[in-house]
Amino acid sequence: MTTFEINGRSVSVDVEDDTPLLWVIRDTMGLTGTKFGCGIGMCGACTVHVGGRPTRSCITPVGNVAGAEVTTIEGLDPAGQHPLQKAWVALQVPQCGYCQSGQIMQAACLIKDFPTPTDQDIDAVMSGNLCRCMTYLRIRKAIKAAAAELRSTASNG
Amino acid sequence: MGRLLHQAGDVTPLSRRGFLIGAAGAGFAFGFAKAGVAATNPMAPVQGAFEPTIWYHIDRDGILTVNIVRAEMGQHVGTALARILADELEVDWDNVRLDAVDSNAKWGLMVTGGSWSVWMTFPVFSHAGAAGRIALVEEGAKLLGISANRCTARNGAVAAGDRSISYAEIVRRGDLRRTFTADELARMPVKLASERRLIGRAVAALDIPSKTTGAARYGIDAKVEGMVYARPKIPPTRNDSKVRSIDDSVARSVKGYVSSLALDDPSGTVPGWVMVFAETYPAAIRAADLVKVDWAVGEAANVSEQDILDHGAKQIADPQGGVFLVDDEGLDAAFRAAKSTLTQTYTTSSVLHVQLEPVNALAFEKDGIFEIHTGNQWQSLILPVLSKALGLPQERIVLRTYYLGGGFGRRLNGDYAVPAALAAKALGKPVKMVLTRPDDMRFDSFRSPSIQTLRMAFGDDGKVTAMEHHASAGWPTLVMAEGFMAKGLDQKPYDQFAISGADHWYDVGAQRVRALSNDVANRAFRPGWLRSVGPGWTNWAVESFIDEAAHAVGADPVAFRVGMLNGKGRNAGSSPNSVGGARRQAAVVQRVAQKAGWGATVPKDTGLGIATTFGQERNMPTCIACVARVAVDRGSGVVRVEKLTIVVDAGTVVDPDGALAQIEGGALWGLSMALYEGSEFVRGQVKDLNLDTYGPLRIGDVPEIDIEFVNSTEVPVGLGEPGTTVVGPAIGNAIFAAVGIRLRHLPIRPAMVLQSRTRRS
Repeated sequence: MTTFEINGRSVSVDVEDDTPLLWVIRDTMGLTGTKFGCGIGMCGACTVHVGGRPTRSCITPVGNVAGAEVTTIEGLDPAGQHPLQKAWVALQVPQCGYCQSGQIMQAACLIKDFPTPTDQDIDAVMSGNLCRCMTYLRIRKAIKAAAAELRSTASNG
Repeated sequence: MGRLLHQAGDVTPLSRRGFLIGAAGAGFAFGFAKAGVAATNPMAPVQGAFEPTIWYHIDRDGILTVNIVRAEMGQHVGTALARILADELEVDWDNVRLDAVDSNAKWGLMVTGGSWSVWMTFPVFSHAGAAGRIALVEEGAKLLGISANRCTARNGAVAAGDRSISYAEIVRRGDLRRTFTADELARMPVKLASERRLIGRAVAALDIPSKTTGAARYGIDAKVEGMVYARPKIPPTRNDSKVRSIDDSVARSVKGYVSSLALDDPSGTVPGWVMVFAETYPAAIRAADLVKVDWAVGEAANVSEQDILDHGAKQIADPQGGVFLVDDEGLDAAFRAAKSTLTQTYTTSSVLHVQLEPVNALAFEKDGIFEIHTGNQWQSLILPVLSKALGLPQERIVLRTYYLGGGFGRRLNGDYAVPAALAAKALGKPVKMVLTRPDDMRFDSFRSPSIQTLRMAFGDDGKVTAMEHHASAGWPTLVMAEGFMAKGLDQKPYDQFAISGADHWYDVGAQRVRALSNDVANRAFRPGWLRSVGPGWTNWAVESFIDEAAHAVGADPVAFRVGMLNGKGRNAGSSPNSVGGARRQAAVVQRVAQKAGWGATVPKDTGLGIATTFGQERNMPTCIACVARVAVDRGSGVVRVEKLTIVVDAGTVVDPDGALAQIEGGALWGLSMALYEGSEFVRGQVKDLNLDTYGPLRIGDVPEIDIEFVNSTEVPVGLGEPGTTVVGPAIGNAIFAAVGIRLRHLPIRPAMVLQSRTRRS
């Protein structure tokens, strides 16, 4: 039995400790926004936040997140209106969309760590997230747009 | 793939069908009539005859719902198609909804590929929308008590002067039922381009918001009560593997493991497959690793990439065999009389799809109907196969539609639906099968390796007098959809998706194009259609070779191309799809050269290279030209692409931002396949099994990209693929311009650059 918090809610799951967190999220919790791509942490489609840091859930045993706070794409913003989500829609980023939950979760940490991200920052942090439709040009623009919105909110607030 | 439509004999073209409006649910449905009913008898009662194919619905709130029979795989096809209707109907975009339909014979041929969804749908949707608008205007006028010719439709309402009535109210109070003959439909007054309010404008794609919140549902997200999870054991060879024995003694220690089963497949789709069942998917993954299977393997266990290329080289060397697309008289004479000739051979490696969502399917029987829940591009192809596999008539099988986590041609071949269905039948309960990434890559219908030899004859002053092109590769259409193959000069069938592109628009004098089916490849694996299909390799050869030819006669590569894209003879083009012919291709070549600063001085070891394409098929040309600017590191052999400049003439652009997205993605696919992808077939299997060794382009590899569309009101043509095929040869030609090294194999690796340098020095 592993107990952790997911999207602000405490849960206990009765699965073996070495079960990848990904399948607990998708199949036990029914939160299917987090995707399975490669199973070896190389594509980033399964990215969630553990303790606020981007984490590849496909290679993270559920036992390792006992007591931790896990956030998935469904919990990033209650209304789906995180600045990144708004920028993703405004710039029409997704094509097939399969990787985009992971892209957005990775980018959410990026814009916290780098409030004014350069292309180099984006390349360094986002290179672990594969987009097979190759929407990279728009991902880059949307990250910058969302970061700008966050900065203006911070300075106005 | 547009040719598929012309060859699907049982499908009466929508343009020859009548059009009906009938009461349906809380509103009215608008649809094409069953073939041969209303088209011939406009007075036939609507009941009974009303079995519409492509249709839309307007409800009592004025909401327009458009049924989409195409697969949504990132091209926002539903948005593009609905916009054509909504524009003609004058419905506000906020009031448009999409409904992705299940497989059913009434929809006609269900296939999404070849970049032709918009091209084939545009005329019929325009007329269907206009018919609906006319009916709404006439009924609205009646309700307002005003003559219809004084009324106009706009923003979901019919108005005359200061009086108006909304579509919602017309639906609630009026009676829109009526019938149009095919001829009446064809005469419907379609709006002028200048009056379009949605086509050509920025419109938010309807599938995008759910793809930012995790709410979008893909095949892998499908579930049903009581399902068991399955992961296959993929046999050592794609064809002819047989299970000798299964040993699951170790797997039984895995918590949640259920059983293992060798599939009995009457359709022959998945020979030698063993399904490993478990209560959870992670348990299925673990158990399958521990289940031991002893197989009798197929002959492909002795076949590798080089064997396929060697066989192709033999086929090319033999003047007999293959299918001729073009074989002009006088070609041999022109070569005999030539002042000089040029002959070169080009090769490409196997390329994997690696669509990010591994193939999967959920299958179960319910109320006598076998349901398959999965993302698929070509329902009409796999339904007969499922019918054979399950021993059920097609009417008792239905494919439920989901978003595709990448299509790229992988999901044209729906073979993955078969093992899930067989397993569900054998177990008598729902089965959710998911392939791991290595399973998916081993089971891929990857792009065949190819080998091509091109020859050119030159007369006086370097004038091109003849050209021939011989191409050998695995033929996906022969293996999976033989009835859809095109016919060559002597009526012999050939795979148009393995040769298209070789029949280019250059005026080269006498021409010969020969397609060779590489039967070693066809037997060793299941060749697949992959984004941009044949032109992915034929255009690599054509555009590299044209560049070599230009240099051989001391001509500028841009001027050499433009000179041959003169629109003479067979390259004049025709209405409606290829108006302007080769001259439109010449125009994009000239424009891209101008934009990219062709001819300007560049730093040492940096070069510009040009390539062009007419897209996927001669009967639906999308003209594209690309200039790549690359820098080559002579020490490491690393090629860095600094910039891609691209000019596109796709006729009318229905969805400008979506069109840009398709060209962006397509061009980066081209770059990825040119420098980063490419695998190798080794003794019956692809070498690369996951992203640790197979490395598609990442964000840091993206160069500067400048894309421009030609402003045009010609027929809208495909956009999903043509951007892909110009990038590789543009890079190869730029490398030559930069350091004088000519590469004739894709993908380009630093080691090849270094080897070529060594050979030269």
